[in-house]
Amino acid sequence: MAKKTPEINSSSQADIAFLLLCFFLMTTAMDVDYGITRRLPPPVEQNVDDVKVKERNVMNVLINKNNKLMINGRPSDISLLKEEAKHFMTPRPSDETAPEVETKSIEMLGDVLMSKGVISLQNDRGTSYAMYISVQNELARAFNELKEEMAWRHFHKHLDQLNEDQTKAIGEAVPVRVSEAEPVEK
Amino acid sequence: MSTSSLPDIVYMLIFFFMITTSMRDVELKVKTALPKASEIAKLEKKALVSSIYIGPPRDAKLGTESRIQLNDQFARPEDIADWVLQEREARNEADRPLLTTALKVHKETRMGIVTDVKQELRKVGAFRINYTTLKGSALEN
Repeated sequence: MAKKTPEINSSSQADIAFLLLCFFLMTTAMDVDYGITRRLPPPVEQNVDDVKVKERNVMNVLINKNNKLMINGRPSDISLLKEEAKHFMTPRPSDETAPEVETKSIEMLGDVLMSKGVISLQNDRGTSYAMYISVQNELARAFNELKEEMAWRHFHKHLDQLNEDQTKAIGEAVPVRVSEAEPVEK
Repeated sequence: MSTSSLPDIVYMLIFFFMITTSMRDVELKVKTALPKASEIAKLEKKALVSSIYIGPPRDAKLGTESRIQLNDQFARPEDIADWVLQEREARNEADRPLLTTALKVHKETRMGIVTDVKQELRKVGAFRINYTTLKGSALEN
Protein backbone atom coordinates (compact mmCIF):
# COMPACT_ATOMS: atom_id res chain seq x y z
CA MET A 1 0.00 0.00 0.00
CA ALA A 2 1.32 3.42 -0.97
CA LYS A 3 2.36 5.64 1.84
CA LYS A 4 0.01 8.49 2.55
CA THR A 5 1.56 11.91 1.68
CA PRO A 6 1.84 13.99 4.82
CA GLU A 7 -0.33 17.10 4.63
CA ILE A 8 1.07 20.53 5.39
CA ASN A 9 -0.76 22.17 8.20
CA SER A 10 -2.55 25.09 6.59
CA SER A 11 -4.42 26.43 9.55
CA SER A 12 -2.08 29.42 9.87
CA GLN A 13 -2.45 30.42 6.24
CA ALA A 14 -5.41 32.62 7.04
CA ASP A 15 -3.41 34.45 9.67
CA ILE A 16 -0.56 35.05 7.26
CA ALA A 17 -2.97 36.35 4.66
CA PHE A 18 -4.52 38.67 7.23
CA LEU A 19 -1.09 40.02 8.13
CA LEU A 20 -0.39 40.75 4.48
CA LEU A 21 -3.78 42.41 4.14
CA CYS A 22 -3.08 44.63 7.14
CA PHE A 23 0.28 45.59 5.67
CA PHE A 24 -1.27 46.70 2.38
CA LEU A 25 -4.10 48.50 4.11
CA MET A 26 -1.66 50.55 6.11
CA THR A 27 0.88 51.39 3.43
CA THR A 28 -1.48 52.43 0.67
CA ALA A 29 -3.31 55.63 0.00
CA MET A 30 -6.65 55.29 -1.72
CA ASP A 31 -7.47 58.97 -1.94
CA VAL A 32 -7.93 60.48 -5.37
CA ASP A 33 -6.69 64.01 -5.77
CA TYR A 34 -8.81 66.77 -7.21
CA GLY A 35 -7.75 70.29 -7.97
CA ILE A 36 -7.74 73.38 -10.11
CA THR A 37 -5.33 72.95 -13.00
CA ARG A 38 -3.57 76.03 -14.30
CA ARG A 39 -0.78 76.76 -16.72
CA LEU A 40 1.93 79.13 -15.58
CA PRO A 41 3.14 81.70 -18.09
CA PRO A 42 6.75 81.45 -19.25
CA PRO A 43 9.16 83.78 -17.41
CA VAL A 44 9.19 87.32 -18.77
CA GLU A 45 12.31 88.59 -20.45
CA GLN A 46 13.99 91.58 -18.89
CA ASN A 47 13.57 95.00 -20.53
CA VAL A 48 10.56 94.04 -22.57
CA ASP A 49 8.15 96.92 -22.93
CA ASP A 50 4.80 96.30 -21.36
CA VAL A 51 2.14 95.45 -23.86
CA LYS A 52 -0.38 98.24 -23.75
CA VAL A 53 -3.86 96.96 -23.05
CA LYS A 54 -6.78 99.33 -23.20
CA GLU A 55 -8.21 100.10 -19.83
CA ARG A 56 -11.72 99.06 -20.77
CA ASN A 57 -10.40 95.61 -21.65
CA VAL A 58 -9.03 94.87 -18.20
CA MET A 59 -10.81 93.92 -15.02
CA ASN A 60 -8.46 94.33 -12.08
CA VAL A 61 -8.98 91.97 -9.18
CA LEU A 62 -6.85 92.76 -6.19
CA ILE A 63 -6.66 90.83 -2.92
CA ASN A 64 -4.90 92.58 -0.08
CA LYS A 65 -3.15 91.11 2.91
CA ASN A 66 -6.33 91.18 4.98
CA ASN A 67 -8.06 89.04 2.33
CA LYS A 68 -10.22 91.96 1.19
CA LEU A 69 -11.17 92.14 -2.43
CA MET A 70 -11.03 95.11 -4.80
CA ILE A 71 -12.51 95.02 -8.28
CA ASN A 72 -11.41 97.90 -10.51
CA GLY A 73 -10.61 99.98 -7.45
CA ARG A 74 -13.95 99.42 -5.74
CA PRO A 75 -14.11 97.29 -2.59
CA SER A 76 -16.11 94.16 -3.27
CA ASP A 77 -16.90 90.77 -1.90
CA ILE A 78 -16.09 87.24 -2.98
CA SER A 79 -19.79 86.40 -3.32
CA LEU A 80 -20.17 89.08 -6.04
CA LEU A 81 -17.02 88.18 -7.94
CA LYS A 82 -18.50 85.48 -10.16
CA GLU A 83 -21.33 87.67 -11.43
CA GLU A 84 -19.00 90.63 -12.00
CA ALA A 85 -16.55 88.48 -13.95
CA LYS A 86 -19.34 86.94 -15.99
CA HIS A 87 -20.86 90.33 -16.77
CA PHE A 88 -17.43 91.67 -17.74
CA MET A 89 -16.59 88.77 -20.06
CA THR A 90 -19.98 88.67 -21.80
CA PRO A 91 -19.58 90.35 -25.22
CA ARG A 92 -21.65 93.52 -25.39
CA PRO A 93 -20.89 95.31 -28.68
CA SER A 94 -23.12 98.33 -27.99
CA ASP A 95 -21.69 99.09 -24.55
CA GLU A 96 -18.88 101.67 -24.69
CA THR A 97 -17.57 100.82 -21.24
CA ALA A 98 -17.50 97.07 -21.81
CA PRO A 99 -14.43 95.37 -23.29
CA GLU A 100 -13.99 95.48 -27.05
CA VAL A 101 -15.44 92.64 -29.08
CA GLU A 102 -14.20 90.85 -32.15
CA THR A 103 -15.87 88.37 -34.45
CA LYS A 104 -14.06 85.14 -35.00
CA SER A 105 -15.15 82.22 -37.08
CA ILE A 106 -14.76 78.94 -35.29
CA GLU A 107 -15.34 75.51 -36.74
CA MET A 108 -18.71 74.03 -35.71
CA LEU A 109 -19.90 77.32 -34.20
CA GLY A 110 -19.65 79.70 -37.14
CA ASP A 111 -19.05 83.37 -36.45
CA VAL A 112 -18.77 84.03 -32.75
CA LEU A 113 -18.61 87.32 -30.88
CA MET A 114 -15.65 87.24 -28.56
CA SER A 115 -14.75 89.66 -25.81
CA LYS A 116 -11.20 90.99 -25.74
CA GLY A 117 -11.42 91.32 -21.98
CA VAL A 118 -8.72 90.10 -19.65
CA ILE A 119 -9.06 89.56 -15.93
CA SER A 120 -5.93 90.58 -14.10
CA LEU A 121 -5.41 88.98 -10.71
CA GLN A 122 -3.06 90.44 -8.17
CA ASN A 123 -2.45 89.27 -4.66
CA ASP A 124 -0.33 90.39 -1.76
CA ARG A 125 2.36 88.26 -0.14
CA GLY A 126 0.18 88.24 2.96
CA THR A 127 -3.00 86.99 1.27
CA SER A 128 -4.11 83.65 2.63
CA TYR A 129 -4.00 80.66 0.29
CA ALA A 130 -7.65 79.81 0.99
CA MET A 131 -8.73 83.26 -0.23
CA TYR A 132 -6.56 82.97 -3.32
CA ILE A 133 -8.10 79.59 -4.17
CA SER A 134 -11.60 80.99 -3.59
CA VAL A 135 -10.91 83.80 -6.05
CA GLN A 136 -9.41 81.44 -8.63
CA ASN A 137 -12.40 79.17 -8.18
CA GLU A 138 -14.97 81.94 -8.59
CA LEU A 139 -13.26 83.15 -11.76
CA ALA A 140 -13.18 79.59 -13.10
CA ARG A 141 -16.86 79.31 -12.24
CA ALA A 142 -17.65 82.45 -14.23
CA PHE A 143 -15.90 81.07 -17.31
CA ASN A 144 -17.49 77.66 -16.91
CA GLU A 145 -20.94 79.23 -16.76
CA LEU A 146 -20.23 81.23 -19.92
CA LYS A 147 -19.11 78.02 -21.61
CA GLU A 148 -22.19 76.22 -20.38
CA GLU A 149 -24.45 78.94 -21.80
CA MET A 150 -22.67 78.81 -25.12
CA ALA A 151 -22.86 75.01 -25.23
CA TRP A 152 -26.61 75.23 -24.63
CA ARG A 153 -27.08 77.93 -27.29
CA HIS A 154 -25.19 76.07 -30.01
CA PHE A 155 -25.64 72.39 -29.27
CA HIS A 156 -28.58 72.25 -26.83
CA LYS A 157 -26.46 70.15 -24.56
CA HIS A 158 -24.75 70.61 -21.23
CA LEU A 159 -21.02 71.18 -21.16
CA ASP A 160 -20.24 67.71 -19.83
CA GLN A 161 -22.36 66.03 -22.51
CA LEU A 162 -20.40 67.47 -25.44
CA ASN A 163 -18.05 65.37 -27.50
CA GLU A 164 -14.36 66.17 -27.82
CA ASP A 165 -14.60 68.42 -30.88
CA GLN A 166 -17.49 70.38 -29.44
CA THR A 167 -15.66 70.88 -26.15
CA LYS A 168 -12.65 72.14 -28.09
CA ALA A 169 -14.77 74.57 -30.10
CA ILE A 170 -16.38 75.96 -26.96
CA GLY A 171 -12.96 76.24 -25.31
CA GLU A 172 -11.78 78.27 -28.28
CA ALA A 173 -14.82 80.55 -28.18
CA VAL A 174 -14.55 81.21 -24.45
CA PRO A 175 -10.85 81.23 -23.56
CA VAL A 176 -10.03 81.46 -19.87
CA ARG A 177 -8.29 84.82 -19.83
CA VAL A 178 -7.02 85.20 -16.30
CA SER A 179 -3.61 86.75 -16.06
CA GLU A 180 -1.66 86.94 -12.86
CA ALA A 181 0.35 90.06 -12.23
CA GLU A 182 4.10 89.63 -11.93
CA PRO A 183 4.97 89.61 -8.25
CA VAL A 184 6.60 92.76 -6.98
CA GLU A 185 10.18 92.24 -5.83
CA LYS A 186 10.51 91.85 -2.09
CA MET B 1 -17.85 25.43 10.33
CA SER B 2 -15.25 24.94 7.65
CA THR B 3 -12.72 27.75 7.45
CA SER B 4 -10.64 26.27 4.66
CA SER B 5 -11.79 28.90 2.15
CA LEU B 6 -10.98 31.80 4.46
CA PRO B 7 -7.39 32.26 3.18
CA ASP B 8 -8.66 32.39 -0.39
CA ILE B 9 -11.14 35.12 0.47
CA VAL B 10 -8.49 37.14 2.24
CA TYR B 11 -6.08 36.71 -0.66
CA MET B 12 -8.74 38.06 -2.98
CA LEU B 13 -9.06 41.11 -0.73
CA ILE B 14 -5.29 41.57 -0.83
CA PHE B 15 -5.24 41.47 -4.60
CA PHE B 16 -8.04 44.00 -4.69
CA PHE B 17 -6.08 46.40 -2.51
CA MET B 18 -2.84 45.80 -4.38
CA ILE B 19 -4.46 46.68 -7.68
CA THR B 20 -6.57 49.64 -6.63
CA THR B 21 -4.05 51.46 -4.50
CA SER B 22 -0.69 53.06 -4.84
CA MET B 23 1.98 53.13 -2.18
CA ARG B 24 1.98 56.15 0.05
CA ASP B 25 5.07 57.95 -1.13
CA VAL B 26 6.13 60.35 1.56
CA GLU B 27 5.92 60.91 5.26
CA LEU B 28 4.31 64.31 5.71
CA LYS B 29 6.28 66.74 7.82
CA VAL B 30 3.90 69.65 7.26
CA LYS B 31 0.19 70.06 7.87
CA THR B 32 -1.80 70.30 4.67
CA ALA B 33 -5.42 71.09 5.39
CA LEU B 34 -6.50 71.83 1.84
CA PRO B 35 -8.94 74.60 0.93
CA LYS B 36 -12.22 73.81 -0.83
CA ALA B 37 -13.13 74.52 -4.45
CA SER B 38 -15.92 73.52 -6.79
CA GLU B 39 -14.47 73.94 -10.31
CA ILE B 40 -12.12 71.02 -10.03
CA ALA B 41 -10.89 68.21 -12.20
CA LYS B 42 -9.60 64.81 -11.24
CA LEU B 43 -5.85 64.51 -11.27
CA GLU B 44 -5.28 61.78 -13.84
CA LYS B 45 -2.22 59.57 -14.14
CA LYS B 46 -0.65 59.69 -10.72
CA ALA B 47 2.69 58.56 -12.11
CA LEU B 48 2.98 61.89 -13.91
CA VAL B 49 2.29 64.01 -10.86
CA SER B 50 4.88 65.21 -8.40
CA SER B 51 3.78 66.99 -5.27
CA ILE B 52 5.10 69.95 -3.35
CA TYR B 53 3.75 70.26 0.17
CA ILE B 54 3.58 73.66 1.85
CA GLY B 55 2.28 74.25 5.33
CA PRO B 56 3.12 74.77 8.99
CA PRO B 57 5.38 72.01 10.40
CA ARG B 58 3.70 69.18 12.27
CA ASP B 59 6.44 69.37 14.86
CA ALA B 60 5.36 72.28 17.06
CA LYS B 61 8.96 72.97 18.03
CA LEU B 62 9.64 74.20 14.50
CA GLY B 63 7.18 77.05 14.82
CA THR B 64 4.05 77.87 12.86
CA GLU B 65 5.57 79.56 9.82
CA SER B 66 4.76 77.62 6.62
CA ARG B 67 7.61 75.56 5.17
CA ILE B 68 8.12 73.72 1.90
CA GLN B 69 8.48 69.95 1.82
CA LEU B 70 10.01 68.18 -1.18
CA ASN B 71 10.20 64.39 -1.06
CA ASP B 72 10.94 63.60 2.58
CA GLN B 73 12.52 66.79 3.80
CA PHE B 74 12.09 70.49 4.30
CA ALA B 75 13.43 72.61 1.49
CA ARG B 76 13.99 76.19 0.47
CA PRO B 77 12.50 77.74 -2.67
CA GLU B 78 15.97 77.62 -4.28
CA ASP B 79 15.94 73.81 -4.06
CA ILE B 80 12.90 73.48 -6.29
CA ALA B 81 14.78 73.79 -9.60
CA ASP B 82 17.01 70.82 -8.76
CA TRP B 83 14.06 68.82 -7.51
CA VAL B 84 12.10 69.39 -10.74
CA LEU B 85 15.11 68.23 -12.78
CA GLN B 86 15.33 65.09 -10.64
CA GLU B 87 11.63 64.40 -11.08
CA ARG B 88 12.00 64.79 -14.85
CA GLU B 89 15.01 62.49 -14.87
CA ALA B 90 12.97 59.79 -13.16
CA ARG B 91 10.39 59.67 -15.97
CA ASN B 92 10.92 58.40 -19.46
CA GLU B 93 11.39 60.95 -22.16
CA ALA B 94 7.93 60.81 -23.71
CA ASP B 95 6.25 61.56 -20.38
CA ARG B 96 8.42 64.52 -19.38
CA PRO B 97 6.35 67.28 -21.04
CA LEU B 98 3.22 65.93 -19.34
CA LEU B 99 4.63 66.17 -15.85
CA THR B 100 2.30 68.10 -13.54
CA THR B 101 3.29 69.67 -10.27
CA ALA B 102 0.60 69.41 -7.62
CA LEU B 103 0.72 72.13 -5.00
CA LYS B 104 -0.68 70.78 -1.74
CA VAL B 105 -0.85 73.89 0.36
CA HIS B 106 -2.32 74.45 3.81
CA LYS B 107 -5.22 76.88 3.62
CA GLU B 108 -3.82 79.34 6.14
CA THR B 109 -0.50 79.67 4.37
CA ARG B 110 0.39 83.18 3.19
CA MET B 111 0.67 83.59 -0.58
CA GLY B 112 4.25 84.91 -0.40
CA ILE B 113 5.82 81.46 -0.16
CA VAL B 114 3.45 80.06 -2.79
CA THR B 115 4.37 82.88 -5.18
CA ASP B 116 8.08 82.13 -4.63
CA VAL B 117 7.48 78.47 -5.45
CA LYS B 118 5.52 79.39 -8.59
CA GLN B 119 8.29 81.72 -9.75
CA GLU B 120 10.87 78.93 -9.30
CA LEU B 121 8.66 76.54 -11.28
CA ARG B 122 8.35 79.06 -14.09
CA LYS B 123 12.13 79.53 -14.22
CA VAL B 124 12.72 75.82 -14.64
CA GLY B 125 9.88 75.41 -17.14
CA ALA B 126 7.45 73.34 -15.08
CA PHE B 127 4.35 75.18 -16.30
CA ARG B 128 1.66 72.60 -15.62
CA ILE B 129 0.48 73.02 -12.07
CA ASN B 130 -2.49 71.89 -10.07
CA TYR B 131 -3.76 73.50 -6.90
CA THR B 132 -4.95 70.42 -5.08
CA THR B 133 -8.19 71.10 -3.21
CA LEU B 134 -11.08 69.37 -1.57
CA LYS B 135 -14.54 69.26 -3.11
CA GLY B 136 -16.84 71.91 -1.72
CA SER B 137 -17.99 75.47 -2.05
CA ALA B 138 -15.15 77.96 -2.28
CA LEU B 139 -17.26 80.51 -0.44
CA GLU B 140 -16.86 78.49 2.75
CA ASN B 141 -13.09 78.88 2.87
